[in-house]
Amino acid sequence: MGRRAFALASFVALALLLVFVALPVVAIFTHTGPARLIDALGDHSAREALRLSFETSAIAMLVIVGLGTPAAYLLATKSFRGRAAILTLIELPLIIPPAVAGLALLAAFGPNGILGSALDDAGVELVFQTAGVVVALTFVASPFYVRQAVAAFAGVPGSMIEASEQLGARPLRTLVSVAVPVARPGLLAGFSLALGRALGEFGATLMFAGSFPGTTQTAPLAIFAEFNTDFTGALALSAVLIALAGALLLSVKLAAGGRGLGVQG
Amino acid sequence: MRGGVRGLASTLAIGLLIGAVAGCGGSDPQQLRVSAAASLRSAFGNYAAAAFPDGQIQQSFAGSDQLAAQIEQGARPDVYASANTQYPDQLYEKGLLDKPVVFARNRLVLAVPADSDIRSLEDVARPGVSVVIGDPNVPIGSYTREVLGRLPKSESSGILDNVRSQEPDVTSIIGKLTQGAADAGFVYITDVRAAGGAVRAIQLPDSLQPEVAYGIGVLKDAPNPELARRFVQGVEPGGSGVRYLHQAGFLPPG
Repeated sequence: MGRRAFALASFVALALLLVFVALPVVAIFTHTGPARLIDALGDHSAREALRLSFETSAIAMLVIVGLGTPAAYLLATKSFRGRAAILTLIELPLIIPPAVAGLALLAAFGPNGILGSALDDAGVELVFQTAGVVVALTFVASPFYVRQAVAAFAGVPGSMIEASEQLGARPLRTLVSVAVPVARPGLLAGFSLALGRALGEFGATLMFAGSFPGTTQTAPLAIFAEFNTDFTGALALSAVLIALAGALLLSVKLAAGGRGLGVQG
Repeated sequence: MRGGVRGLASTLAIGLLIGAVAGCGGSDPQQLRVSAAASLRSAFGNYAAAAFPDGQIQQSFAGSDQLAAQIEQGARPDVYASANTQYPDQLYEKGLLDKPVVFARNRLVLAVPADSDIRSLEDVARPGVSVVIGDPNVPIGSYTREVLGRLPKSESSGILDNVRSQEPDVTSIIGKLTQGAADAGFVYITDVRAAGGAVRAIQLPDSLQPEVAYGIGVLKDAPNPELARRFVQGVEPGGSGVRYLHQAGFLPPG
């Protein structure tokens, strides 16, 4: 196969992939129409579900970034025994089916779970609570950020970190003012992937936190509940979710200087 | 040369993708696809295993509303069996289903984990008890609301205040009970039997019982109508599948 034939084959591959991925998304919007979209936003229960989705995703992302950033920095800059095993463990939720993740969370944090009675003694309730949704989202979405953050920090030249330390900067200062700015595109890419995963989470949330309007019924769960009786209503809510998530992704990308979605590592 | 190999690889990959998609889409003329209410899982599973050759019946169990919505969106199983008569009737009126028949009845019970202290509906109305019920769209959810509607106001609002989750089908209500996540749930008596000792049923008085009738029908453009009719006849009175319904705890239609 010659150069031109290869170019053609690659072009066809890209076109097929594009149609395959874009068509369902486009279909949601053509099926809905702008009037129905605005109707959906006016619906109280839909707004409630969207609010819950964004609130729980925001809190989950705070936890993921807060714990994930220093953890990823450690994993990227230090080599120690068991590092590879830890990396694998951290990535595990990526390949666990969401329903299994829900069961696993119940087995760990549910009333009959390993930590069940300890949590109960501490007065912490997760199952059927909004906090439980946050736990499910954090579990499922965290690897998307941490994985990317490890790769991004590993890409920071060691000489820069050494120079910073030789200039007398404390490790925290080096992380905040040297490593994070240099790794920023990769961190933002991981952030947006994790956020997207959190906003779309369904199975683990249903299994672990249940589904109750206003408390645990996030937008994907509301879409699922509505799909059965009101297909257009479910489509409209889906369209709103896609539009808002898309806008979020785009702004993260812009914040990263147009390179935020370039996958590193 | 390298480009040539890669080009070939990507052409192959595209061919494989198309082939894979096409291969999954076809339907075997000898296979029957049954979309059935989640509460029919064990009865229909045993019936299919006993009366049809291995692998001939492909069943998908979910909330009746969800299965009906799939059919409205163009999914084509051969048989649809619902935990109510409303959804089959609606599909019949839309010309998607042959005239449905009622083939079984069921009863609602209060289900609690086997080791629970809960003995009655009053216990469930107490503050702090966590209750799971069906989503309003799924038959078990609307039946449950009928039951609660027949209770004295104070009791029904006490129970409704305790509802922590609205599940998409009976299987997940039972799941929340067996996993110890919830204290009580409203399900069918057949679900408690199917859970095999993990949960216990508290009977509800006749005066509270809703009319729970199961409707079944053959899809208008079923890929395999003959086999579909044979499957449906088997669960009608006198059919070879009735004993499995009976074993599971279903009541006869009449």
